[in-house]
Amino acid sequence: MESERSVVIAPEALDDLIGALRRRGFRVLGPTVRDGAIVYDELDSASELPIGVTDRQEPGSYRLEERDDEARFGYAVGPHSWKRFLFPPRITLWRAKAENGGRKIEEEPPNETQLAFIGVRSCELSAIAIQDRVFIGGKFVDRDYAARRDGAFLLAVNCGEPGANCFCASMDAGPRVRDPYDLALTEMLDGEHRFLVEVGSERGADVLAELPSVPASQSDVASALAVTNDAAARMTKAMPQVDLHALLAGSLEHPRWDDVASRCLSCTNCTLVCPTCFCSSVEDTSDLAGVETARERVWDSCFSLDYSYIHGGSIRASSRSRYRQWLTHKLGTWVDQFGTAGCVGCGRCITWCPVGIDITEEVAALSKQEEKSHAATA
Amino acid sequence: MKPTLAVWKFASCDGCQLTILDLEDDLLALTGAIEISDFREATSAVVEGPYDLSLVEGSITTPHDAERIQEIRRNSKALITIGACATSGGIQALRNFADVDEFTRVVYASPQYISTLATSTPISDHVSVDFELRGCPIDKRQLLELVSAFLIGRKPRIPTTSVCTECKRRGVVCVTVAHGTPCLGPVTQAGCGALCPAYNRGCFGCFGPMESPNTSSLIPLLRRLGRSDTDVERLFSTFNAGSEPFRKAAGHG
Repeated sequence: MESERSVVIAPEALDDLIGALRRRGFRVLGPTVRDGAIVYDELDSASELPIGVTDRQEPGSYRLEERDDEARFGYAVGPHSWKRFLFPPRITLWRAKAENGGRKIEEEPPNETQLAFIGVRSCELSAIAIQDRVFIGGKFVDRDYAARRDGAFLLAVNCGEPGANCFCASMDAGPRVRDPYDLALTEMLDGEHRFLVEVGSERGADVLAELPSVPASQSDVASALAVTNDAAARMTKAMPQVDLHALLAGSLEHPRWDDVASRCLSCTNCTLVCPTCFCSSVEDTSDLAGVETARERVWDSCFSLDYSYIHGGSIRASSRSRYRQWLTHKLGTWVDQFGTAGCVGCGRCITWCPVGIDITEEVAALSKQEEKSHAATA
Repeated sequence: MKPTLAVWKFASCDGCQLTILDLEDDLLALTGAIEISDFREATSAVVEGPYDLSLVEGSITTPHDAERIQEIRRNSKALITIGACATSGGIQALRNFADVDEFTRVVYASPQYISTLATSTPISDHVSVDFELRGCPIDKRQLLELVSAFLIGRKPRIPTTSVCTECKRRGVVCVTVAHGTPCLGPVTQAGCGALCPAYNRGCFGCFGPMESPNTSSLIPLLRRLGRSDTDVERLFSTFNAGSEPFRKAAGHG
């Protein structure tokens, strides 16, 4: 922690912070309460933050509860992730119009609105870093993602409130922020309600300079560190600490896949709430007159039959094969493809699975059986 | 010359036909692209067939209708069914699990005049169908998409995944996970745009079973959310009661 650059701000300064970002032309997006959940939406002021609200999560269950304080970021993570702004559910790629016997093709102009994300958790920064590798880290750059990602202002928040489905510590993705950010807050509720602010970029410093602040004391810095240390200690769930890549590669015919398939709804919820899942499909539209057409990219999922449809049919016809594909890619072959696993331990897939399938339990079951089979052959 | 369209009604409430009339601005675009040749709900002006496209609403519930659909098929190059009645038998398919003779005796003073079948069946049980558009009623955007695709000769974009895919794309908060509301979304085909969950209601299953419905996993969840066995039977015994996955989920064998 760079204590020499850290300052302390009051909760009221968050409103100044949002104002400063809006004045710079950012579309400010952050957490707010809607329909019984903390979702990410456009924020006009800090009064729209989930003040004094927390979330209680279990496999397949999420409930908001009142806190006995005025915490602004006193919750874990909700149903939305920043992916819906960087990799939106549906975008138009290009349009074509019939003209003079031919077709005029127009590429959709890239998004030019600068995005500012308020309250990005460590697991979410890790997820953004993973999607960066997927969309802009290789030979082929996704133009739309690049335009949205470029210049996005990241206001990170160190996590002090892990949910019951969180396991970021075991995925080395939190709770303390590590990936690049512009500003990072730690909300401190011991004694006076205040935020420690760490600067991660020059423009972060530029924004911070507009806010009323005082230099952080040694005890402020110690308190902030205690917030994430305490969060890590309170995290109850963990991904089994095994070689996941080897485990998944060696579990292709594991009987557990039949077991999980009997519970899996193939509803796609886990993949669509996942902050790293990036499957999409490309669809063509045309109007009634057949004059105007458009090509759109839309969120898809490896749990849909259509996703693996090739000549002759879907190659992953059973939900057993689809769940296996998801987990094997997420924790195994993702590493071969992108040099990192595709899981950050945010727990969304566990919470938002209607029947509460728990990725850590599935991995534990796979590894337990594998130990048995190794023992039998030894 | 524009392709010709005919719209037919069988046992149904006319709601899907009304969805066509409810296209409003797009109705002009539709009549610009296709010649409406026989659509009794809209006009008494009728042009003789054959027709390039027939849209068929309703299920087969009488011997007369069982014959009439054969004639319509012969007169149609392409035949598309619209709505839950035409694709799975509709709410009236509840008769399939009951005694129709007893119904007619109870309801009608002179049941001997009633000529009806013991079952309500989808159009595809009687003739070959080129496409089945789901919904009770159908979704007008899907109808426009289907007709546009038909006119240009491409595959229609009609997803067969769960309603959950539409909730998540819209950013709708899951009513089951966040509110404990029983919802048929995970086993129901998309198409409505997640209409009910967007208004904090559970999905009623209007679009019938999705491509791989795991009702045996959903039913214990509905029970955990406080629904009795009778409630679960009723949840699956609505507009798509005749579809095999929902029929089995309702315990109708």
